[in-house]
Amino acid sequence: MRALDRTEKVSALLLAVLLGGGVLLPQWALFLVTVSLAKGLVVLGLLLLMRTGLVTFGQGFYYCLGAYAAGTLGQLLHVSDVAVMLLAAVAVSAAAASVVGLLLASYRGIFFSMLSLAVSMILYGLLVKSSALGSTDGFNIAIATIAGVPLAAGARRPVVFVLAATLAAASCMGLHRFLGSHQGRLAPAVRDNELRVEYMGASVRSVVFVNNLIAAVLTGAAGALTAMVVGHIDPELAYWTTSGEFVFVAILGGTASVLAPFLASLLFELLRSFAYEYSPNAWQMVVGATMLLVIMFLPDGLWAIFRPRLKRA
Amino acid sequence: MSHVLAVVLDGLIYASWLFMVAIGLTLIYGVMKILNLAHGSFYALGAYAAASLAGRWLAGGHAPLGSYAMLILAAGLVGLVVGPVLERGLLRFVYGKDETVLVLVTYAVFLILEDAIKLVWGVDPYFISEPYGLLGSLSIGELTYPVYSAVLVVVPLLVGGAFAAALKMTRQGRLLTAVIHDREVSAAMGVDVGRVYLVTFTLGTTLAAIGGALTAPTISVVPGMGVEVIVLAFAVVVTGGLGSFPGAALGALLVGLVRSAAVHYFPEVELFSIYVVMALVLVVRPRGLFSALEARKI
Repeated sequence: MRALDRTEKVSALLLAVLLGGGVLLPQWALFLVTVSLAKGLVVLGLLLLMRTGLVTFGQGFYYCLGAYAAGTLGQLLHVSDVAVMLLAAVAVSAAAASVVGLLLASYRGIFFSMLSLAVSMILYGLLVKSSALGSTDGFNIAIATIAGVPLAAGARRPVVFVLAATLAAASCMGLHRFLGSHQGRLAPAVRDNELRVEYMGASVRSVVFVNNLIAAVLTGAAGALTAMVVGHIDPELAYWTTSGEFVFVAILGGTASVLAPFLASLLFELLRSFAYEYSPNAWQMVVGATMLLVIMFLPDGLWAIFRPRLKRA
Repeated sequence: MSHVLAVVLDGLIYASWLFMVAIGLTLIYGVMKILNLAHGSFYALGAYAAASLAGRWLAGGHAPLGSYAMLILAAGLVGLVVGPVLERGLLRFVYGKDETVLVLVTYAVFLILEDAIKLVWGVDPYFISEPYGLLGSLSIGELTYPVYSAVLVVVPLLVGGAFAAALKMTRQGRLLTAVIHDREVSAAMGVDVGRVYLVTFTLGTTLAAIGGALTAPTISVVPGMGVEVIVLAFAVVVTGGLGSFPGAALGALLVGLVRSAAVHYFPEVELFSIYVVMALVLVVRPRGLFSALEARKI
């Protein structure tokens, strides 16, 4: 096993800081950080897709699937174990991505964006009409044990927080390695020129399929985490504006580093909590204007501020 | 038998509505290669402006028939103001960027417009139902429809017909067709592409606003009404083939009839059915029913 490089060391360090500092955080901040970490996982998946040249407006599909996979266990089977819920979410989103990915892998550009959007809207449409799962209201989720060990009432949120932080750090390191590997380096190649990738003997379809699958798994896990920390899920998770929000955070952070999604996600959640408090009806406007500014003046995202000499990959 | 007739008629009414909102979207994509996510907001703007103007007109005690003129006037105003402002003020700086980046730009515009609507009109619903009932109703077999529904079928047909005729027969229409096929060669031949873009975007915006203005009497005008429209219009346009006008018409007809059948026979799958049609069409023809061949970049 090779030594850790800088990004991996920083991830490990940040994890230590998070776990150490988490004790000091007040309840609301702990909640906010947990949600940011979970959504950061989704955006991490988007980063991989964006490196492949794909922008999806339908990541809410896997997010919602993950959340409902976790929630349905409790609702229909009375399972309320954190580990089981998380595994179920990962399994369901991976299975869904393996099927949907077959169709999506032949599309690029806006077709990919909009088809993924359509897929997420199908799920939305189904959930809205399914009264067993609470239709538009959704339902509440309770967690009671982790891998069979019962949790004290006050320990539930901290446990989800630790889980989210650990998963985030592990995914950062894992994805960072993946991006540096042979398979991972094919992603920007596909974005730049598919035909040449094919000429060189690699399968573009499989690159798109695999990267979409990885993104889906990350997103599914994030959906389950969000469901557990929020304690409630509804079909809105699959609505296309949820996916749009993820795209916004991805653009905000940029694709230069695997840490950027988490930075952007935390910033976004902070901004949202405060902006929502002061001007609930102008909040989207702020998001939209920020997005335009980032696209125009910081096309590499906020991360480019830290590394001004970054060459466009 | 009357059931089938109801399905077909409802389907036609829904299809014309879909066509009205989809044609502007496909026009802007065909000419400018921008998939405009803000299209639904233009629709909502049209509906709000129509509700305000026509409401003002009726409250002022003017002839009720004039409210129809107000609907159209409102849509025209929205199109002529919002279209040029956005095209000249924003979009012309981002031409030439990647198509997905353009989608993001219009997504940002969508977010801004959604809140702008709330700031201007507030969050309470608007009702402007007078024009809906004013024309009375007509009977087809055992079924009764408001005459206004017939208007909603005829207007999109007229717009579509005028559009097709203008594209084929007028000089401007042919210039537009030239730009759709090859922007660079048209520019080299002396076509003022910037002007064509401006006109196209304004026209597309106006069409969306007309769609909204004509729909306003049949619904309650509420915040967020544009969000759903864009997804529906998109499904229609992709089914038919992005950028194709006959495609938008056929796509609207297909989706309209299927949804109407779903509503009558299996109401649970209503939303779902639209996307299933789209997915099925795409499995058979990956770029929609009327799709052009595309060269691959080497």
